[in-house]
Amino acid sequence: MRVIIIDYGAGNIKSIQFAFKCLGVDAVLSNDIDEIRTADKIIFPGVGAASTAMKMLQESGLDKLIPKLKQPVLGICLGMQLMCNTSEEGNTIGLGIFNVAVKRFNNALKVPQMGWNTISNLKSSLFTGVKENEFMYLVHSFYAEICAEGIATSDYGIEYAAALQKNNFYGVQFHPEKSGIEGAKILQNFLNL
Amino acid sequence: MLTKRIIPCLDIKDGRTVKGVNFVNLIEAGDPVILAKQYAELGADELVFLDISATLEGRKTMLEMVLKVAEQVNIPFTVGGGISSVADVDALLKCGADKVSVNSSAIKRPELINELSDKFGSQCVVVAIDAKQIDGEWIVHLAGGTLCTELNLFEWAKEVEKRGAGEILFTSMNNDGTKAGFANKALAKLSTTLNIPIIASGGAGTVQHFIDTFTIGKSDAALAASVFHFGEIAIMDLKTQLRENKIPIRL
Repeated sequence: MRVIIIDYGAGNIKSIQFAFKCLGVDAVLSNDIDEIRTADKIIFPGVGAASTAMKMLQESGLDKLIPKLKQPVLGICLGMQLMCNTSEEGNTIGLGIFNVAVKRFNNALKVPQMGWNTISNLKSSLFTGVKENEFMYLVHSFYAEICAEGIATSDYGIEYAAALQKNNFYGVQFHPEKSGIEGAKILQNFLNL
Repeated sequence: MLTKRIIPCLDIKDGRTVKGVNFVNLIEAGDPVILAKQYAELGADELVFLDISATLEGRKTMLEMVLKVAEQVNIPFTVGGGISSVADVDALLKCGADKVSVNSSAIKRPELINELSDKFGSQCVVVAIDAKQIDGEWIVHLAGGTLCTELNLFEWAKEVEKRGAGEILFTSMNNDGTKAGFANKALAKLSTTLNIPIIASGGAGTVQHFIDTFTIGKSDAALAASVFHFGEIAIMDLKTQLRENKIPIRL
């Protein structure tokens, strides 16, 4: 199986590579349009600011490619947020795959949300073998609102979408690669899609 | 609900753990990778590695260690000690560290915090602050607590938040090593005046101390070394008791 991690200069991808390696898969970093188009599975990572990340995607033409992909795509953290319509972070227009807006957590809370929180209302084969209210590791200041494409929820002052799915596109706000054995199950489920 | 975090801290010198570690059935206690794996399995929520190597060679070894930890440990970890530039952080993150912590270098050149959070995002920038209460006032210290500065803890904390720190690791030098509890009054003040997570450090001795720092001290996470390393407190027992005391905890 050929797994590609989209390389657009975003954040720490080493942990994602290592997590797949533990599952016996060599996830390759690439920004080559043909290589991405022909891969079996695609990981869309992202750490940092939404506007900067979108600019990097636009410069490489990846913003046009990603929404047209036909194989399973998994956006992680900011990757998931960039797949949404808009983000309040730098008033960014996203890739518009998920029909939902990304908003900033209320300032009455500590922002970023940092640590382990539960995910609930799981409804996707991405969560096969993962029990309701399982803990996942999250670090984020912005969240996707509850919406029709939500496949998991979490709660930090407000209930928000912890994961999204539309056709072949999947997005998770948490870091499965940093969420121990349970997180690894989700990555394995993604490989099984 | 977001849970409170329990964070064992490992001191590393030339790629090896320094302080004695006394796990039952653990043959290779000096190997930080094996220890980190063990802690992850025992229920630690995060790990902190503090590099106390003084040599360039030691620092290189640290990068190799970080790479191995990232490969084998699937919970988040922070690396601190001797980090003073964007390039230092870039190298550590590329090896798989999730966060870095800066201390003295941020006091000497506060712009470093802005540079790091602009380049890598505030989520990976932890600012460690060592402070000592002298005549009622909390004074920031540097170089491992050996040098006194003119900075007030609360003012400095406010500044690092404004400059883009994603988290503060506050060590009370009055409490560190005493096993008499965390500096909860100062912690509560930090936690209520700032809008970023606060990690309590210094003073852990009993389970009650952890309960107190999460309730009275309003800490978001608690860090300890020897009580975990010497098996005085087992992480799972601690977490079970925290939950029994209605503290949100991952079990």
